Amino acid sequence: MSWLLDNFTLVTELALQHARLSAVPIVVGLLASISLGWLAHRVRAARLIVLTSFSLIFTVPSLALFVLLPLVLNTRVLDERNVIAAMSLYAIATMLRGAVDGFDHLSPGVTRSATALGYSPTGLFWKVQLPLAGPVLLANLRVVSASTVSLVSVGALIGKGGLGYLFTNGFQRNHPTEIVVGIVAVLLLALSFDVVLVLVGRAALPWIRNLGGTSPT
Amino acid sequence: MIEFVGVTKTYDGGAPAVDNFSLRLAPRRITALVGSSGCGKTTLLRMINRMVDPTVGRVEIDGEDIAGRRPVGLRRGIGYVPQDSGLLPHRRVIDNISVVPLLNGATRAAARLRASELMAVVGLDPALAHRYPAQLSGGQRQRVAVARALAGNPNILLMDEPFGAVDPIVRADLQQETLRLQHELRKTIVLVTHDIDEAFLLGDEVVVLRPGAQVAQHGTPADILADPADSFVAAFIGSARGKRRLTISAQRSVDGADRVVVDAGGYPVGVIAAPEGRLPVADPTPRSRGAQVVG
Repeated sequence: MSWLLDNFTLVTELALQHARLSAVPIVVGLLASISLGWLAHRVRAARLIVLTSFSLIFTVPSLALFVLLPLVLNTRVLDERNVIAAMSLYAIATMLRGAVDGFDHLSPGVTRSATALGYSPTGLFWKVQLPLAGPVLLANLRVVSASTVSLVSVGALIGKGGLGYLFTNGFQRNHPTEIVVGIVAVLLLALSFDVVLVLVGRAALPWIRNLGGTSPT
Repeated sequence: MIEFVGVTKTYDGGAPAVDNFSLRLAPRRITALVGSSGCGKTTLLRMINRMVDPTVGRVEIDGEDIAGRRPVGLRRGIGYVPQDSGLLPHRRVIDNISVVPLLNGATRAAARLRASELMAVVGLDPALAHRYPAQLSGGQRQRVAVARALAGNPNILLMDEPFGAVDPIVRADLQQETLRLQHELRKTIVLVTHDIDEAFLLGDEVVVLRPGAQVAQHGTPADILADPADSFVAAFIGSARGKRRLTISAQRSVDGADRVVVDAGGYPVGVIAAPEGRLPVADPTPRSRGAQVVG
């Protein structure tokens, strides 16, 4: 406990870095999964290409990605953008199939009657199809959030891993307390991300609490 | 006025769902398209708001080929009631009804006011305004769907098996409500149904369809009942089964004024008041359709 108090500034700094390194890929993952997922939902040829390529990316070990990305992005090996890019790719790979499923399983009856009301294709997407895919997107996003927060720690191997530093450093110094503090901090961070997502989801998708909630009169 | 001119619709080289169909629909009346599943009646309905475009031929509204209209604008001027209500599950009742006025450029306040008025018109309790569709009964959902279809004040209303998914008591209630509304509103309504009783009840004119949307008979319910065009129509309307062929039973009620009416199978279907043994004669126009048609 005294270790934590002595190093509180360091832990806070690492936690903030960890939060930043996680938040960007989560947002990128969401936006890219919606766009690519919609493309895959609409265009049969795109579906195979997009889904297959992200399945393949998922099989590349993270450490190998850290080595490869500087070559592709023309960044320095120790640049934190490498971590953000790698985490974004994993986030998309995790979420994409769920997003496609979410769009695939929209009720054709609702889409048809909304079209008959006179929604334009753009209006239909923003006002009807995207909100209705919301619950599925949110469920997938929560998985992405948890896995990203935990995966970012691996970035410590190239010096940009937020709280992951406490693992590598604690291991090198044979200092279990530091490692335990790191684990608890990562868990708390993942938990707070999840709470934020649930609250945002509740505000954005108010109707899902009322699906069959009260009996009709 | 809606007119189909030599319309054919073929899907992916199969047999035509609609084969060279021509029909002029009576304005400000209910025309019921009735036939078995797969006869092409729903395809015909969806051609009117360009949810489906004909492969050959054209559909005209007030003499104008609608192929030249932007589908989105066309649809905003035509009401549509599907079988499953088709309400947006993520929008409250009031917002569902407000959709078309908002799409047409009304302010939020004006759209809500219009939606509240329409809830009253279709007999919905104002307390339901802030419910989500999943919190309503099937009958209430269909009422919301009708209100939503009327919200843009369209001249044309398309109803695709609108009461097919609700129980018989609610259906009878909604059918009467439709007649009452039509009595006031006088829209051009195209109703698709497989229920011949519903077609006879609601339709000012009834079009009986064979597969491929071939017109077997087109006329008023009374015409079709009195004189089925062929054995297909006779079978479809049930006269071949004796259901419509009614006779007065030899049995009298206690006071002797009411006579029991039975179908060809001998099953009682109702009573008829015959004071002093004389059968009454009715006006052939159903009460709900008796009003003067304007325009």
